[in-house]
Amino acid sequence: MTGAAIEVRGLDHFFGEGEARKQALFDVNLEVGRGSLTILMGPSGSGKTTLLTLMGCLREVHAGSVRLLDQELFDADEATRIDMRRRLGFIFQAHNLHDSLTARQNVMMGLQVHGRGDQTRHALVADHLLDLLGLGARLDYLPANLSGGQKQRVAIARALVSNPDIIFADEPTAALDKVSGLAAVRLFKELGSARGTTTVMVTHDPRILDLADRVVTLEDGRIIENRIGTLQRDDIAGRK
Amino acid sequence: MTAFLTRLLGRLPIGYLQLTHHPGRLLAALAGVAFANVLVFVQLGLAGSMAESVAIPYRLFQPDLLVVSPAESETLSDAATLPRQRLFQALVHPDVTGGTPIYMGRSTWISGHDASSSIQFFGLAPDAGPFFHDALAAPLISLSLSDTALVDTLTRFVDMRSFAAAHPEAPVPFEIQNRQLGAVGTVSIGGGFGGDGVFLVSDQTFFHLFPQRSSATPSHILLALAPDADPGRVAAELAQLYPPDTVRIRTVTQAMEQEVRYQMTERPTGLIFAFGVAIGMVVGIVIAYQVLSADVADHIREYATFKAMGFRQGFFVGIILEEAIILAAIGFWPGLVFSQLFYQTLAYLTNIPIFMTPERAVAVFIGTIFACSVSGVLAMRKLAAAEPADLF
Repeated sequence: MTGAAIEVRGLDHFFGEGEARKQALFDVNLEVGRGSLTILMGPSGSGKTTLLTLMGCLREVHAGSVRLLDQELFDADEATRIDMRRRLGFIFQAHNLHDSLTARQNVMMGLQVHGRGDQTRHALVADHLLDLLGLGARLDYLPANLSGGQKQRVAIARALVSNPDIIFADEPTAALDKVSGLAAVRLFKELGSARGTTTVMVTHDPRILDLADRVVTLEDGRIIENRIGTLQRDDIAGRK
Repeated sequence: MTAFLTRLLGRLPIGYLQLTHHPGRLLAALAGVAFANVLVFVQLGLAGSMAESVAIPYRLFQPDLLVVSPAESETLSDAATLPRQRLFQALVHPDVTGGTPIYMGRSTWISGHDASSSIQFFGLAPDAGPFFHDALAAPLISLSLSDTALVDTLTRFVDMRSFAAAHPEAPVPFEIQNRQLGAVGTVSIGGGFGGDGVFLVSDQTFFHLFPQRSSATPSHILLALAPDADPGRVAAELAQLYPPDTVRIRTVTQAMEQEVRYQMTERPTGLIFAFGVAIGMVVGIVIAYQVLSADVADHIREYATFKAMGFRQGFFVGIILEEAIILAAIGFWPGLVFSQLFYQTLAYLTNIPIFMTPERAVAVFIGTIFACSVSGVLAMRKLAAAEPADLF
């Protein structure tokens, strides 16, 4: 067991075959501490999403090493990657809620992935989390009847409901107003402190950069900056 | 329903929720499944009706063995004649307690300006009641009077109500084969697919109607056996008595079963019905596939999300099979109701014995579940397009 939730070493990644083969990541090295909030930044096409999907076990690691929660993902088979994904939480920019499930049922799916269990208990847990996120009055609403921000909060609840070890989020605050966005990120931070939940987030939202423990910037498939976040710096400075 | 299915499945009934989320599409799908069910029920009903039509004349016979000419012996009505001498030869066998010839002929009965019916005549000895169904024994005696008949109340294209009061003391006259006959009673047999009705006459009346036929060449011979005799053994021993390849001897039940099989598997009508059932199944599979695959395509991002969350293939198989079974289980019932209405209408219009049987309903229900499940399995191929890495 190491102190890092994620260790990336010498990671390369390619798309396509033959003439069309294109390298998306070049010798990426990164370490993400347990319970930390890491933000990935960079222009479109810089490779941050590819890195996120590789660390999130959504793609096969072909070259280099990605250790996730002490599990090596290089050449890991599909079953291993599925098992690992069950320990993760995903928040997508386009929330991807199931249109025929209510807010409560969408969140319950986050528990159902771990087994059938007691559906009544699942519903109570989902209700509690949605209530925490300010959606206590929208439990039985279908996604079509929720605003963009409300949908995103349901998606956040779905990702958090099973107490994941790591949360991978793609622009989770894009659809949220300033207050809600900050509240969501503070929730990730609190989870990091209280439960050791690690969060890796792709974002362009400058409002939340100050909350990050680490900010990683990619460009053209390479990490061009890997710096400690403002709060972390202040914390270190304060300790000094 | 959601709570019930949640308890039943031990998970959220996502398939059910997906289907009911689009009521219009669900109704169209159910209509499609019901339509396919009607197609299958109609074909099976007609096939069953044909089998029943084939069996009905055999059920008129009581005795154990049926002796026919080997030529064209697959059907009761088309069999070639055989020498009556075969009857006398059979009576030599100690286990044969009696026998009677049957004469069969077909004629067209023109009962009105435009109405004509194809009638199957059975020429029987009036005193041969014990060889026939109990209900026929008494009426057969009334055929002793020349030029009398027992007419079929289920005869098609004829208003048979005027024959309802037919009685030996008050025969109802009618003309057929340019000969005046008197109906002295009625039977309810039905013509089935081979004709429009069955009339029973005495053997003597039969020869009046079909003068080219001779009493020496019956269509079939019925043999009654001693109570303890084994029909199979007696049939084999009788076959030894006759010159080779001159007769075919079977129990009545065997003959009936063989003709049903022949009609269903070797005659075009039976094959057409079987083909119709196959077409109905294919239509059902195609309709269910269209609905299920469209549903998968519409939810491809949600499925990809579930894959990202760590749901395994079995979970998706469960959802699609859940949808398939719901479509089958709900779509079956309107199909059953419409088919029942179709059967009743057809039976009323044609007098053919077409009716729903529990076995058929259960078989079609199971077939519907199977067909929809096949569609579901085919639709699952679209799941491959659900790539979780593409969600980001």
